[in-house]
Amino acid sequence: MDRTNAIISVRNLVKNYGDFTAVKGLSFDVYENEIFGLLGPNGAGKTTTLEIIETLRNKTSGEIIVDGFSVDKDASEIKRIIGVQLQAAGYYPNLNLVELMELFAGLYGVSIKPMEMLEKVNLQDKAKAKYKALSGGQKQRFSIATTLLNSPKIIFLDEPTTGLDPQARRNLWDLITDIRNNGTTVLITTHYMDEAEQLCDRVAFVEHGEIIALDTPDNLIDQLLNSGFERKKEVKKANLEDVFINMTGREWRQG
Amino acid sequence: MNKPYNHTKATLALAKASFRSIMRSPSAVVFTLAFPLIFILVFGFLGSSGVTVDLAIAPGSDMHNPVISALEQIAVIKLVEHKSTAQIQEELEKGTIAGVIDVHQNTVPQPAYLADIKYTSASVDKGNILKSILNNVMFSLNTNNLKPAVAEMKESTVHGRIYRTIDFILPGQLGFSLLSTGVFGTAFVFFSLRQTLVIKRFFATPVRRSSIILGEGLARIGFALLGAVFIIVIGHFLFHFTLIHGFVTVLNMLVLSIIGLIVFMGFGFVVSGIAKSESTIPPISNIITLPQFLLSGTFFSIDHFPTWLQPISRALPLTYLNDAMRQVAFEGAGLWDVRQPILIMVIWGIGIYALAVKVFKWE
Repeated sequence: MDRTNAIISVRNLVKNYGDFTAVKGLSFDVYENEIFGLLGPNGAGKTTTLEIIETLRNKTSGEIIVDGFSVDKDASEIKRIIGVQLQAAGYYPNLNLVELMELFAGLYGVSIKPMEMLEKVNLQDKAKAKYKALSGGQKQRFSIATTLLNSPKIIFLDEPTTGLDPQARRNLWDLITDIRNNGTTVLITTHYMDEAEQLCDRVAFVEHGEIIALDTPDNLIDQLLNSGFERKKEVKKANLEDVFINMTGREWRQG
Repeated sequence: MNKPYNHTKATLALAKASFRSIMRSPSAVVFTLAFPLIFILVFGFLGSSGVTVDLAIAPGSDMHNPVISALEQIAVIKLVEHKSTAQIQEELEKGTIAGVIDVHQNTVPQPAYLADIKYTSASVDKGNILKSILNNVMFSLNTNNLKPAVAEMKESTVHGRIYRTIDFILPGQLGFSLLSTGVFGTAFVFFSLRQTLVIKRFFATPVRRSSIILGEGLARIGFALLGAVFIIVIGHFLFHFTLIHGFVTVLNMLVLSIIGLIVFMGFGFVVSGIAKSESTIPPISNIITLPQFLLSGTFFSIDHFPTWLQPISRALPLTYLNDAMRQVAFEGAGLWDVRQPILIMVIWGIGIYALAVKVFKWE
C-alpha cells in the first residue's frame, strides 16, 4: 500500500455551533485504499467531522481536500466520487428496494442493474420489500448498497454496526472488507474497539473534538504495552462472542 | 467522471419515485379522487329533481273541482292527501309542508268554490312560492274566457343550454380537489422527507435542490391532472357535465388546473416550513383550505353570500379558479377570455412563493 498517497486531507478543521466548539482543530490524512476509523464516544465530534468532509455541513474554519477537490469550491465534484451512509437516514416512502435503487441511480446519474446491486449486499430476496420492513442489519446493508451505486472512490460509513447482532456485525465487516479489496477507500466511525481492531488499517481516537491518538491498531496496543500496562486478568484465546458465534453459526440472518 | 452530470435525469428519477409513492398513498387518493367524486355523485343525483312544494289537502276538502285539478297539473306542487288535521298542524309547525288547502262549494252561486289556504311561518321561502303559484292558478281560473281589460300576456321560452347543478358543482369540486392535493400533499411530503432525513440523503448525492422541488412538483401535477381528467370524464358521461368545445374545453380546464395547483402548492411549501410537528400540519392546512372550501363558491354562488362576506370571497384564489373553470366549461370561454382570474391567481402565486422562499426549511 502506498502510504504517501493521501486521498483525504484534513487540516485544522474547526466547527462551532454557537458558543459550543464541536471540533477543535482536527488534522489527519486518509490514505488511498485503506479502512480508516474515527473512534470515540458519542458526542466526540465524529459525525460532525464526517458530514463536513461529505460536504453536508459547513465548517467554521480549516481546509479539506478530497481526491484533489476542495470542499469549499468543488462540493458537487466531491459528491460524485463519494458514497455516503448516514448514521440516521430515511428512504423515500412507499417504494420497494428496486425502485429506491432506480431513484438513486437517477440521482447519481448512473445506469445500474438494481438486482445486481442488491445481490452485492445479499438482499436480492428482499427486492420487492419496503425499506421499513427490513431488519436492522438488512437496513444497513441496503444503505451501503446505495453508497456503491456511483462506483465511488471513497465511502463514508457512520456507525454502520450500531444496534446489530453479532452475526449481522460480522457479515457487515466482511462486506466492508470486500469493498475495500475492490479498491475503495473506507472512512468509518464506530465506538466498538473490537470492530476497529478487526477492520481498520489505521484509527484516530477523537475526544471532545480533538484527536488524541492516531496510528495502526497494532502500534497503539504496543505503545500501551511498552509503557508497562497489563490486563488485570489473563486473556484467554477466545472470548464470549467467539463462543456465541461458534454455537449459533455465521450465516446471514433475517433477524 | 468524463460524462457531465445530468440534472434532467435526476429530476425525472425523482418525479417517477414521487409519483409511484403518491399513487400508493391512500390519503392522497382519497382526498384527490374519492371526496370530490362523492360530492359530485350526491349533487349529481340531487340536481335533477328541482324545487318542490308540499301542499296538504285538508280532510273533508272537496276533491273534484277546477282548483284541485289545476294544482295537480303543476309539477312544483306536490299534493299531500289523507292526513289528519292534527298531523297537518304538526307538519305545518315544523315547516315540512308549506301550506294546507281546503276547497268547498259555496252556498251562494258566485263564486262557485271557496278555497281556504293556511301558510306557515316555518317555511317562508316555499310559502312564498306557493302563494304566487296559487295566485296564478286562481287568476287563470277566474279569468277563463274573459278578455283582459288592460294587457294580455304572451309567454314564450328561449331554448338555451340546460344549466344543470353538475355544471356548477363539478368545477367547484375540481378546484377543491386541486387545493387539497396542493396544500396537504406538498406540506406532508416535504415535512416528512425533511423529518425522516430522506432529503439529507439526497443532499449526499450530486442532485440540485431545484431538481428536488421540480421533481416533486411534476409528480404532483401529473397526479392531480390524472384526478382532474377522471373527475371531468365521470361528470361528463354520467351526469352530462357541459363541455362546450369538447376536447379543447378539457385541455383549457387542465391548463387552469396546472396554474391553480402551482399556486396551491406554494401554500403547501409554506405550511411544511412553519409546521413544528407532523400533527400541526392538518390544522394549519385546514386554516388555508376550509375557508376557501366554504367561501370560494364551491357549493353556492358567492352572489348569494351576504354583502359583507363577498369581499372576503373575492380575495381568495380558489374563487378565481372556480370562476375561470365555470366560464371555460359552460360558457365556452378561451383562456384569453379568463385572463383576469388567471392574472389574480398569478399575483397570489408570486406572493405565496415569496413567502415560501422565506419560511421553507431544508433541514
